[in-house]
Amino acid sequence: MEEVPHDCPGVDSAQAGRGASCQGCPNQRLCASGAGATPDPAIEEIKEKMKTVKHKILVLSGKGGVGKSTFSAHLAHGLAEDENTQVALLDIDICGPSIPKIMGLEGEQVHQSGSGWSPVYVDENLGVMSVGFLLSSPDDAVIWRGPKKNGMIKQFLRDVDWGEVDYLIVDTPPGTSDEHLSVVQYLTAARIDGAVLITTPQEVSLQDVRKEINFCRKVKLPIIGVVENMSGFICPNCKKESQIFPPTTGGAAAMCQDLKLPLLGRVPLDPHIGGAVTKASPFWLKPQTHRPPSPTEA
Amino acid sequence: MEEVPHDCPGVDSAQAGRGASCQGCPNQRLCASGAGATPDPAIEEIKEKMKTVKHKILVLSGKGGVGKSTFSAHLAHGLAEDENTQVALLDIDICGPSIPKIMGLEGEQVHQSGSGWSPVYVDENLGVMSVGFLLSSPDDAVIWRGPKKNGMIKQFLRDVDWGEVDYLIVDTPPGTSDEHLSVVQYLTAARIDGAVLITTPQEVSLQDVRKEINFCRKVKLPIIGVVENMSGFICPNCKKESQIFPPTTGGAAAMCQDLKLPLLGRVPLDPHIGIQEFCNLHQSKEENLINS
Repeated sequence: MEEVPHDCPGVDSAQAGRGASCQGCPNQRLCASGAGATPDPAIEEIKEKMKTVKHKILVLSGKGGVGKSTFSAHLAHGLAEDENTQVALLDIDICGPSIPKIMGLEGEQVHQSGSGWSPVYVDENLGVMSVGFLLSSPDDAVIWRGPKKNGMIKQFLRDVDWGEVDYLIVDTPPGTSDEHLSVVQYLTAARIDGAVLITTPQEVSLQDVRKEINFCRKVKLPIIGVVENMSGFICPNCKKESQIFPPTTGGAAAMCQDLKLPLLGRVPLDPHIGGAVTKASPFWLKPQTHRPPSPTEA
Repeated sequence: MEEVPHDCPGVDSAQAGRGASCQGCPNQRLCASGAGATPDPAIEEIKEKMKTVKHKILVLSGKGGVGKSTFSAHLAHGLAEDENTQVALLDIDICGPSIPKIMGLEGEQVHQSGSGWSPVYVDENLGVMSVGFLLSSPDDAVIWRGPKKNGMIKQFLRDVDWGEVDYLIVDTPPGTSDEHLSVVQYLTAARIDGAVLITTPQEVSLQDVRKEINFCRKVKLPIIGVVENMSGFICPNCKKESQIFPPTTGGAAAMCQDLKLPLLGRVPLDPHIGIQEFCNLHQSKEENLINS
């Protein structure tokens, strides 16, 4: 019996059928012929679906725990302040979906209709989708390998009935892997306006964010700019500012200058943001420390 | 020409050959026959390799940015304080490998010998391995899907010449996905002592950590305990303590009590821990935590 290769590079890979591990696989000739490179029909379907979505913004970071979901939620709320602006917030972090908690939507369920899955609405003009809404309990682990996560992301983009939307904000997990490649791939034909990158000031975070910037450049994803989060903490007692995540290499400002990218703003470490996150009420940041980026500023 | 399914569940999957997307795939009959379920020969090879490794500890968290890598580095340094204890630190975060920077080993390269890849040594008794050592530049992005990451992890476990090791500490990325499934799968025959879970006090972090605990239970990975990181910040000026990540649902203590897990300790938010020169600090608060 022929052995199926354990190191299958993936049928979509450039190495499909050509890799060392492909030797002996019954699929080899088919993969090598390029059949796996046939574009996924879902890409066109998603392009059609996205015709009613004016702007698409990805919120990325190479690093975990820097505040991508918190920022995405704030951005969505900020844009939706204008009741004439339709906002959609899509959470593609399949393993650690934080958006339902941050938005105060825990326990909500997704409903299906003839036109697809309905997002969960926070307000009339702010709809949300996350794998968190599909779990029986918020503690349920989603233990999926890449292909299954990719399938979920495809469904989110193709099968959710977003309706007429001005801004689709996509919150992502940390990294430069399946979720990131898939969302860019599936939205290829639909055109993403750009990405906002979130970082914290310290070098171990900036290092991962530079990788994410590299990713954006490789997949030709425009970068709207960078937001530095957790920039300093002001003691509520004596008002002294402490740098809890010290910007030993100049923080995001130095990185942005180096890489010629806009620094969109700096957000301080404020327990009220963390508390607001838990209470799911947006914490409005002063204009001088933060402003929501507009795609027209890209 | 037959179309290759884009939603291939993966040849190792329980759904291999049986999923809806398998219809029409030329591989279908082979997958459905269970050929893909033949155990990976690497598992036995890794079991052999791991015979010289006494204890294997995974450092996990469902949440990103809680201090897994910082803790792993502290733990490795702490255990290696005793020069008779051989320690190995393996970084399986392929996309965001922080260990080289935290350990002060940026720019180091991995060497190959007849017996495999050599770890990078911080001290005689502390060796480190990370994909970070294989990059031309620390800013290079590793943009790999799951199967390729799994292949790298397999190589790390099978091809690195760790030698005689008392403790192998494995630092992981956040999540419950390829890397986590693979490291558990590849070490199946070699037996992992257990996992230490890192969290911060706030509920949005605990929620992800509970998922990780669920993962551990599903794959039958023993849990050594939980460490709560970034527990409070003491102002260096007035000494007032602030809860920057407020434990609105009782923090790790409440979660541990609820799930009957040991709370191994709580580490404050201290800018000195975050400083690059950390690697020169050889004192570790966590030295006393691991008794196994």
